[in-house]
Amino acid sequence: MEKKWEELSADEKREELFEKWLSPEGVEFASPEAEKAYKERATRIKDAIQMKKPDRVPVFPFVGFFPAYYVGLTPKDLMYDYDKCSTAFKKYVMDFEPDAHLGTFVAVPGKLYEILDYKLYAWPGHGTAPEHGYQCIEGEYMTADEYDALIHDPSNFFTTTYLPRVFGAFEPFKMLAPLTNILEMYGGFTAASFIAYGLPPVQDAYKALLEAGSEALKWIGVVGACHGEMAAAGFPNFFGGGCKVPFDTLGDTLRGTKGIMLDMYRQPDKLLQALEAMTPIMIKMGASAAKMNGNPIVFIPLHKGADGFLSDEQFKTFYWPTFRKLLMGLIDEGCVPFPWAEGGYNSRLKVIRDVPKGKVLYGFDTTDMAKAKEILGDVACIGGNMPIDLLSVGTSQQVEDCAKKLIETAGKGGGYIMMSGAVIDEAKSENIKAMIDATKEYGVYK
Amino acid sequence: MAKDLVSTLADLKEKEALRIVEDRLSAGEEPVKILGDARRALEIVGKRFADSQYFIPDLVYSGEILKEITDMVKPKLTKAAEVKRLGKVVFGTVAGDIHDIGKDIVVFMLDVNGFEVYDLGVDVPAQKFVQKIKESGAPIVGLSGFLTLAYDSMKQTIEAIKNAGLRDKVKVMIGGGQISEEIRKYTGADAYGTDAMAGVYLAKKWTGAK
Repeated sequence: MEKKWEELSADEKREELFEKWLSPEGVEFASPEAEKAYKERATRIKDAIQMKKPDRVPVFPFVGFFPAYYVGLTPKDLMYDYDKCSTAFKKYVMDFEPDAHLGTFVAVPGKLYEILDYKLYAWPGHGTAPEHGYQCIEGEYMTADEYDALIHDPSNFFTTTYLPRVFGAFEPFKMLAPLTNILEMYGGFTAASFIAYGLPPVQDAYKALLEAGSEALKWIGVVGACHGEMAAAGFPNFFGGGCKVPFDTLGDTLRGTKGIMLDMYRQPDKLLQALEAMTPIMIKMGASAAKMNGNPIVFIPLHKGADGFLSDEQFKTFYWPTFRKLLMGLIDEGCVPFPWAEGGYNSRLKVIRDVPKGKVLYGFDTTDMAKAKEILGDVACIGGNMPIDLLSVGTSQQVEDCAKKLIETAGKGGGYIMMSGAVIDEAKSENIKAMIDATKEYGVYK
Repeated sequence: MAKDLVSTLADLKEKEALRIVEDRLSAGEEPVKILGDARRALEIVGKRFADSQYFIPDLVYSGEILKEITDMVKPKLTKAAEVKRLGKVVFGTVAGDIHDIGKDIVVFMLDVNGFEVYDLGVDVPAQKFVQKIKESGAPIVGLSGFLTLAYDSMKQTIEAIKNAGLRDKVKVMIGGGQISEEIRKYTGADAYGTDAMAGVYLAKKWTGAK
């Protein structure tokens, strides 16, 4: 009899998720060739991650809004017209033939955020120009004295404090009582918890939420079909899910960059407690998406632990402990954590080496890849470092030369995936092509 | 006398530093002298950052403490602090980009190191830079940008400065998340920096200040 999910070991879970990714459910391949190509591509990536030598270096440009510019549209078009979005991304994948793609990951549904009056980001038509993508608006969306509220009940803090601050439509949620008050019938204590839901502003907030839900469903219907078509044509989706390192969860959008930096000096214990409180939540976020999507790779963008952003001691005290717990928690759930270190990570390499072999994929932006290979090469697959400046303004010859060099240094003996160092928006298409084609030509293992 | 404000603040001992300021103020000391010490402390902070003893959080924290000290001292200021200014700098995050953390840190370091900075904020149109250069006569311009879209905005800003006939009157530095020599060449800037003190070094070099 087959074992239940809960009874599987971490490695068995991972193999099962990889198996689901290699043979995606419900996908009817366009042709036997497409099926073969899909499996070859996914296997190539899996082998690289598990530190077996694949047939060649896999190539995966980390594509943001590039497809919009490529087909002559804007990020705004892609965020508001799901069909256009789907067409643009499919055209990019079919024309360039990378080993994997991100789906339409970056092109979030603009209408949804419009319905909810989102304040955390500026996006095309709402603070940025149609031809540019969205940008986070730095701020203290959680104040310095709210740590206990977050630590004691993160969900309730999100519902009644954080979300009302970042979504105009959720402002009335400030009036809601914690759902954990709804214990039993006796005494009217629980009935009182329902009162706020009868108030017109709260009811309006729920109407907006339902409307946003309908929009999300419409969006996923189109982009989900798009992902299916890309798989059917032979191109696997790289991600199964995503989450963040607790320090970034708190530092990016709750306390803000300045807030969390000051907290390290002024209230280090509260900060550490909050990081611990967020850890299981982040593990669950990544693992549940990976399981639902049948793909073990969980994307974790790394922000505030980069070189210079923290001292070595601060990194070891505040960033790494819950980062490592997150990695181990995801590994235990059968996932392949894919931390993606934006900026430089040279001073962190020795610290992040402390992970089980062949279970993590480390992506790098400007980090010295020879050094990364030397320090991490025997424990983890590494990826990235094709410079975004080169892809944006360089020549295709420069890109080809750089790809060759990366294959020689980082790709030596396997365990490397060719990726761009940063998200690709408006870059030269001949350079993206050069990156992919050079990897296919020079990345073959003998 | 109580402990030295310069070393206490340079060591980022917030409570102690504030207590010293309080004591010195109640002893009737000239507020300008206190601010002078605070400024010297911040110069040490900058040097420690350049020597990799300090990191960005230390700069941010020192800035916060300085703000607290300034707030305490300000009501008692009888005359404006006489600060020797090394030169003027026009600074801003270029059009289309709304990131301010990096810009704010560089502006802060320029300020505490003696430069008069005209901070134009974020998402600054090229013409606004041109106008401010004309108005202030600043010989140095700093363009900040976090996103790759800033490449073209920086290039366009420098072109606008050129078209206004000001290019030979100013030195332009660029900096931010994805800036490199490749991008310096692309945008036509004079130099680029990759950390908070680079701006100070460039500005000092260009103004001939020590």
